[in-house]
Amino acid sequence: MVGREFERVRTAQCALGKEIVMKQEWTHLRELESESIYILRETVAQFRNPVLLYSIGKDSSVLVHLARKAFYPGPLPFPFLHVDTGYKFKEMIEFRDRFCKEIGVRLIVHRNEDAIAAGAHPLKLGVARCCGQLKTAALLHALDKYQFDAAIGGARREEERSRAKERVFSLRDAFGQWDPRRQRPELWSLYSGAIAEGESMRVFPLSNWTERDIWQYILQEKIPVVPLYYARERLVVQRNGTLIPADDAMHLKDGEVPVKMSVRFRTLGCAPCTGAVASCATTLEEIAEETDSAKISERSTRIIDHGANTMEDKKREGYF
Amino acid sequence: MTSNVLRFTTAGNVDDGKSTLIGRLLVETQGAFEDQIEGAKRENERRGGKGIDFSLLTDGLKAEREQGITIDVAYRYFATPKRKFIIADAPGHEQYTRNLVTSASNSDLAVILIDARNGIMTQSRRHTFIAHLLGIRHFIVAINKMDLVDFRRERYEEIKQDFETFISRLGGGAETYCIPISALKGDHVTESSEHMSWYTGPKMLELLESIEVDDAAHKLPFRFAVQLVSRPPASPEFPDFRGYMGRVASGSVKVGDRIVVLPSGAQSSVTGIVTRDGRIDEAFARQSVTLTIADDLDISRGDIIATEERPPTARTYFKATLCWMNERKLRLNHRYVLRHTTKTVRAIINEIDHRLNVNTLERESPVSELQTNDIGQVRIKTLQPVVCDPYVVNRQTGGFIILDENNDTVAAGMIQD
Repeated sequence: MVGREFERVRTAQCALGKEIVMKQEWTHLRELESESIYILRETVAQFRNPVLLYSIGKDSSVLVHLARKAFYPGPLPFPFLHVDTGYKFKEMIEFRDRFCKEIGVRLIVHRNEDAIAAGAHPLKLGVARCCGQLKTAALLHALDKYQFDAAIGGARREEERSRAKERVFSLRDAFGQWDPRRQRPELWSLYSGAIAEGESMRVFPLSNWTERDIWQYILQEKIPVVPLYYARERLVVQRNGTLIPADDAMHLKDGEVPVKMSVRFRTLGCAPCTGAVASCATTLEEIAEETDSAKISERSTRIIDHGANTMEDKKREGYF
Repeated sequence: MTSNVLRFTTAGNVDDGKSTLIGRLLVETQGAFEDQIEGAKRENERRGGKGIDFSLLTDGLKAEREQGITIDVAYRYFATPKRKFIIADAPGHEQYTRNLVTSASNSDLAVILIDARNGIMTQSRRHTFIAHLLGIRHFIVAINKMDLVDFRRERYEEIKQDFETFISRLGGGAETYCIPISALKGDHVTESSEHMSWYTGPKMLELLESIEVDDAAHKLPFRFAVQLVSRPPASPEFPDFRGYMGRVASGSVKVGDRIVVLPSGAQSSVTGIVTRDGRIDEAFARQSVTLTIADDLDISRGDIIATEERPPTARTYFKATLCWMNERKLRLNHRYVLRHTTKTVRAIINEIDHRLNVNTLERESPVSELQTNDIGQVRIKTLQPVVCDPYVVNRQTGGFIILDENNDTVAAGMIQD
């Protein structure tokens, strides 16, 4: 809401032909912003058919904001791709459709319809196989179908330890797979997008951002995010120490009894596999403050990161 | 302008306590989370260890944890109210040159770890030399494991002297700060020490927070590599817009400044600096902007916009220091691809002048080849001109990479005079 207000004031001033001359302090957020813009422009300059992987979460929101800055006054030079598992929160889908329409971008929604029709569900298949079908396979299929040669994502090195070794331009083979041994050294600001037939690149403009940076930037720039990030009373169940949303009975195991709690989400994924955290943060200021004093990592609420099949394994298979 | 981001690299030998130091910095500044620390603890205990092994916090890949080695450069983050820190952590052994060169290329400061019991070893010299070669001019020498030498001041002074003697041989006006620490016990990392009252200097974290590093890029003449040309569809606000997108590599530019476009040599002046947050009247080093200029010139990706007064030079033949990074060794007169700023050109390496022995710092010649992790001075010929400055003057316009026909990045290079 605030974001749109801000937008309108700015456009109105421009329309009047007023020049807005501003002096900005060079903060760490400006430095990160500037680096990300540079990376986004390199991607467009070096690839034939890039796409932005839009996951609807806070990192995607920041990524889109940076992309709009990078190519201003031009339009966004790539479409968005959302890999929809069918299990995303309905607030996410509503936000996606409204937001993409508002900024006038071409949105491609891709689903693994066969797996969805066959009833793929984490409680039935296990989390790893469900993710493999609904996310990894769907993503690789979409990249192939539209012949995208670069996929821009919002992953950050801070999130998870195998991501700490990820390149900004991360090479994937013809099967979309990541081989840590084949990654190229990245020196200075020289990102090499040279690829062979069939290979593709994953590009991570937010590599050097932390969760704290993301929230501080959202606050500074008044970037709109899905309401699920704000705390309110929601029905949840406790499962292995994680608070799982209980809006939909099909995601519950036998005997689980939902309780009402004031919670928010630190990361957003599929409803059955994304844990909430107990929180009273209802404003961006409060969220930024809460993030500053967080003792537990954000990925701890993602069931996909638990268990034997690690993020590294998933990345090798073609996941983000 | 003081940077609020400090990018630094850490180098040290195996077992000198580098992981312990980084782990402690992360934990004590809340750069690592409790569940990650718990995970590292559990993993260590599963393998028969006790307590927390900080390397399990920093070593990300399965192969690394299984083999107990670090393979690749890892990036770590922490922040204090004063600064954000980006650590490019280079492993000490396997592929050391390649990894250190990579991590140093984007760092403004190097933390060199020295085991107080052993003093300066060959590897410490090698790490310092490579960091210095890559243009780092700020060194924090962490003289670690002081607890194992009874916190003796004489030992610290001795190592400090040795290091200062060594680095003065490298020239270039490097600044060195020595701190006696115990990464394991926490002395002088973020906390003070009860054991070394003789040391009155800053603690490690205080030093990291306060060292000024980025005067250089701001004081240099203006350089701007064009990434893309912006020609959006006509709109009421921008009926016929043509702008040049890029990031200021060095110096600053103001509306009205005279500029030269290279390699063409065409001259013009800046009429606007456009950002989505509004027009600005001046842009500084590291800022991503879009420039508009007065004349309708033929400018495209790879061109350099620079100040008219002290322009860079366009060259097709130059001397360079090369760090070879690939298993396939350098082939003389072979067709390579060279990437420099936003420009890509064909290049051949015609001659190897000498190879640098990174342990003795001696020049070895004649040599017929460079292999992986070798550093040498070569002569390069390019098909199209490269618009550059010497690397020692400007890292952004002096550094380049070389790609082979497999698209692998096989070498990193630094242009000499």
